Amino acid sequence: MSKDKPTSIESAGPRYRVASDVPFYLCLGTIGGVYVLLIVGLLLADVAYVVGSERAPDAVQSQWAKDHPQWAWLADNPIARALAKREIRYSIKLSLASCTVTTILSLWVAVPIGYLLSRHQFPGRNLMDAILDIPIALPPLVIGLSLLILFQFAPRWLREAVVFQIPSVILAQFMVACAFAVRTMRATFDEIDSRREQVALTLGCTRAQAFSRVVLPEAQRGMLTAATLAWARSLGEFGPLLVFAGATRNKTEVLSTTVFLELSIGDLEAAVAVSLIMVLAAVIVLVIARVWGSHHLSI
Amino acid sequence: MISIRGLTVRAGSFQLQDVTLEVPTGGCAALMGKTGSGKTTLLEAVTGLKPIISGTIVLDGVDVTRRKPAERSIGYVPQDGALFAGMSVRDQLAFALTIRRRSRQEIDARVGELAAMLEITDLLNRTTVGLSGGERQRVALGRALAFHPQTLCLDEPLSALDDLTRSQMYRLLLQVRQQTHVTTLHVTHSLAEAHQLADQVYRIENGQVTAAD
Repeated sequence: MSKDKPTSIESAGPRYRVASDVPFYLCLGTIGGVYVLLIVGLLLADVAYVVGSERAPDAVQSQWAKDHPQWAWLADNPIARALAKREIRYSIKLSLASCTVTTILSLWVAVPIGYLLSRHQFPGRNLMDAILDIPIALPPLVIGLSLLILFQFAPRWLREAVVFQIPSVILAQFMVACAFAVRTMRATFDEIDSRREQVALTLGCTRAQAFSRVVLPEAQRGMLTAATLAWARSLGEFGPLLVFAGATRNKTEVLSTTVFLELSIGDLEAAVAVSLIMVLAAVIVLVIARVWGSHHLSI
Repeated sequence: MISIRGLTVRAGSFQLQDVTLEVPTGGCAALMGKTGSGKTTLLEAVTGLKPIISGTIVLDGVDVTRRKPAERSIGYVPQDGALFAGMSVRDQLAFALTIRRRSRQEIDARVGELAAMLEITDLLNRTTVGLSGGERQRVALGRALAFHPQTLCLDEPLSALDDLTRSQMYRLLLQVRQQTHVTTLHVTHSLAEAHQLADQVYRIENGQVTAAD
């Protein structure tokens, strides 16, 4: 009998049984799960802190609150108390306005740059690509400081109109938000088949018509993702704002600086309440990006 | 008529050298060759989508070598159809005429005519989502023919289709040629397809184009 006689599958089966995949996935799930739990935990802690905080002793109850004591917490809770402050209401308004203007400006810049980088080879393209990453890589404080120094070289009228004024809030937010919008738009255009544009050119389109009639409609979801990303980045911007715009109440104060100012005067409850307002805004933006934005692009 | 003389075009690391070929008006030439041999590059050079190094391209007696793709009167159908996302089939067929600012009546009449010829009338109000491979290619063909081009460039239009759909498309393409008298340059891998549809066959090998026996 030959030594090399093949072993039957039946007899080989038990000896070569494939190990279970459960430990592998358990390991991945544990590592990932810890981080997810940490994120959920810190948000829940904020909510628990606000819900568990005591009522203000000097709170004046409305007639409605007196009639419906079980709902009195709706009118007397840290968020409601924070919203009652004039300077916090101002910072919410300025945040909403500045983030929206920054988002529009970011899209105006990100769409053409993203398209150029995605579709065309030109001298200095790689250098331009690297420069566009600088705002993402630089420490935020350094961006603020650099903006401050840049405006030292600007004419006096321009410096006085921008630095420590509302335009400085928008410019500081724009510097970082736009870099993220550019990356998103570039990835969006990378995913759109350039052959469609080529067909449009043969059908009689100019470059501009092919871009506006074929490429831009396809890029809508990516644009929404870029916009929400820019908006969320702007809302969370703090370092450059503090240096370049300052944190003057009722002037250049936005939500992130409100948290800082409330903490600095020891009002932890108001700081957490404003943080929760920011969390709510971030969640709304995330939902918009997830539901209507591009599913291929991460936010 | 397509007349290409001494065409040299670079594509990545290789180049097509001194390509000369001629297709008579209303005729169909098949371009065959291995993957990466430069068939699509030649088609792109003819359509004006790829810049050439030297040579001339004359279409129906007009030298279009330096003209933009939009000015060459070429209908182009890429391999996957490259239909415009989110647009209805009707809008795809109307696209070239809308760009040319033709009247609504003229556009509607032409779209109806094309849809009937390509047997896609029932698809007119659908978007491209969910169309089969054969339906996509019919729409792409209709979109390319909408502005009455003198030349049609087809880049492996039937390669992704099943046998039954492919044989239906053979019939349709022959019918389109008969009705429109369009001069066609047809890139294909399939010898059977070339023999079915083309009057002449060219092979691309090592950057050279030669007439096949």
